[in-house]
Amino acid sequence: MTFLGMPSVASTSGHVRASRPFPDAAADALGDAQLRANLGRATATIRAKRGAVVAELPDWQELRAAGAAIKDDVLAHLDTYLEQFEQQVTARGGTVHWARDGDEANRIVLSLVRATGASEVVKVKSMATQEIGLNEALDAAGISAVETDLAELIVQLGHDTPSHILVPAIHRNRSEIREIFLREMGEVDPALTDEPRALAEAARRHLRRKFLSARVAISGANFGIASTGTLGVVESEGNGRMCLTLPRTLITVMGIEKLLPTWQDLEVFLQLLPRSSTGERMNPYTSMWTGATEGQDFHVVLLDNGRTATLSDPHGRSALRCIRCSACLNVCPVYERTGGHAYGSVYPGPIGAVLSPQLTGVADNASLPFASSLCGACYDVCPVAIDIPTMLVHLRASVAATKPALSPEHVAMGALARTMASPSRWTRALRFARFGRPLARHRALMRLLPPPLSGWVAARDLPTPPAQSLRDWWAETDGGRR
Amino acid sequence: MPVDAAPSRVALFATCLVDGLFPDVGKATARLLSRLGCSVEFPMSQTCCGQMHVNTGYPDEALPLVRNHVDTFEPYDAVVVPSGSCTGSIRHQHAEVAERAGDAALAARASAVAAKTYELSEFLVDVLGVTDVGAYFPHRVTYHSTCHSLRMLRVGERPLQLLRAVRGIDLVELPGADQCCGFGGTFAMKNSAVSTAMLADKMRAVLDTGAGVCSAGDASCLMHIGGGLSRLRTGVRTVHLAEILASTEAAS
Repeated sequence: MTFLGMPSVASTSGHVRASRPFPDAAADALGDAQLRANLGRATATIRAKRGAVVAELPDWQELRAAGAAIKDDVLAHLDTYLEQFEQQVTARGGTVHWARDGDEANRIVLSLVRATGASEVVKVKSMATQEIGLNEALDAAGISAVETDLAELIVQLGHDTPSHILVPAIHRNRSEIREIFLREMGEVDPALTDEPRALAEAARRHLRRKFLSARVAISGANFGIASTGTLGVVESEGNGRMCLTLPRTLITVMGIEKLLPTWQDLEVFLQLLPRSSTGERMNPYTSMWTGATEGQDFHVVLLDNGRTATLSDPHGRSALRCIRCSACLNVCPVYERTGGHAYGSVYPGPIGAVLSPQLTGVADNASLPFASSLCGACYDVCPVAIDIPTMLVHLRASVAATKPALSPEHVAMGALARTMASPSRWTRALRFARFGRPLARHRALMRLLPPPLSGWVAARDLPTPPAQSLRDWWAETDGGRR
Repeated sequence: MPVDAAPSRVALFATCLVDGLFPDVGKATARLLSRLGCSVEFPMSQTCCGQMHVNTGYPDEALPLVRNHVDTFEPYDAVVVPSGSCTGSIRHQHAEVAERAGDAALAARASAVAAKTYELSEFLVDVLGVTDVGAYFPHRVTYHSTCHSLRMLRVGERPLQLLRAVRGIDLVELPGADQCCGFGGTFAMKNSAVSTAMLADKMRAVLDTGAGVCSAGDASCLMHIGGGLSRLRTGVRTVHLAEILASTEAAS
């Protein structure tokens, strides 16, 4: 169902477009032994934690279904909920801004920061601002944005990009982090060890100075409550609460799909999110705020950036249920081996493979829907039951539809389908297969095969075709009865 | 040990891969079912379920394959498939392919065929009600679950229940059995480097068990794992679940 006025072509800017095809970027990442070791260890740890706390809840499947249903209701009535949210925020002294794409959102935030005269802002970890490249936009205008989440700080100080939604520095181990702190932080004791406690303490001292001097904070939001205009951030470190409460001006950038109808819906999501993301029963800090509190100047920027285009596809829109927990990344056998950078978008892993191509339009991220073996582990753990494998298959069809009818793949698929649609042609084709027997017996011959078969024989032998197909054997022996 | 619960007309859908490359799996399935008193037919008009076309992004090309499959198997009371993946495609994709093409009648017929289609371990345990099929296989075996059997069909413990009842078998658990081997159809070629990395970890797990045989319920995953094990001259062979269950002391 598409509604009038709903754009079906995405208007999207920011860090959601892969600059290289996934197979190329992945091949490079696979060669990084340190990355493989860091990722393997970290994802295995989070997987085990999540598994244990999810198993504690006898009604987990019901919770998932409730989470999916609430989000589907929001998406079906998004126009109503957004206007309700705007009214509530405005009535409570906040200002609501609407941004069609990342560039527009960046311009809005920049003008708000400029109006305060501040040259530095503190930031709460936020995927929406990563998505639109806000830090870079502010930096270009001479305003430095300081990430205050420990892992985001590591990424920022390392002049690096995030590789995981929840644990953006998952590709770094603690000795690499120590090196980054010593090199980039300034005023760090050279005797700093790579003990987690010592590293956290160094970051704490560095950030405390920033919190106390900052006049502007920028956050994202995990949830926006339509009925009251309340926003919420869940976090582990308390840096978010510092940012939300200390500075005089607070600017929140939130994707339009982040709404929940009422406070009561948090009952579901505050159970689903911490258990799925950090593998905790409850996260340490949950901050909720409504409008402008205690004389703060409060703004919220509602971001589209390809979301209404995603909403217009009945087979793809449930990707907008996503609450950015990253459980799908942690169980994905592809992500575990390549890490997040190979996906070329701030949204990596299975959810990134379905979300990024929809936000940009599939032509701009054509390799991502194929970055999956369709093993289904992502769907099993998704707390809002997004059927990622089915959506990947749907998006693959959209990608194939953009290819010319005479592309080699299209021609091969068509020819194979015509052969297989006819039992007589198929029977003859199978008789022909036995001429491939020498190929499977001589590995030197195998190496001569062209793509895509060359990709197979690079690491695997071919099976030897039988002298007789099953159907010919069956016809000859009546299924072994003769 | 014949079983009385067998449906009267049972068809074997061998899958294109078994038909063309691994006929022994089809022969073993027929032999096994026949030993259990369930005589299967092999409708000659069967070809391929079309999963590769659908999963590579060509659902329209898969439509004639779905139609051929439905025409072929509609007359039977039950359809047995020695593959979790193809059974999954029949159950979860066939009606969808027809609907996408605007053919509601074919979609309804496809759903009806899907409802009487069973992966081999499902057919044995749920329909025939057997776990001890009277097999004998005196080897050390480790079993890879295969993703679609596990997560699309939810066959759960069924294959292991069947294997545990095999006489002479030394069944050793495969660590990380629920993790993908990296096959994924055309994924193995389009993303061959990632697929190879996944395969390497699967092979390491298989080799660590000390098993001489790696088994699974899908010839496709076994072709992938076996292709790697053979390339590295590991000496470990791959054997389909149907072939183990069809083996008897008399035949060995």
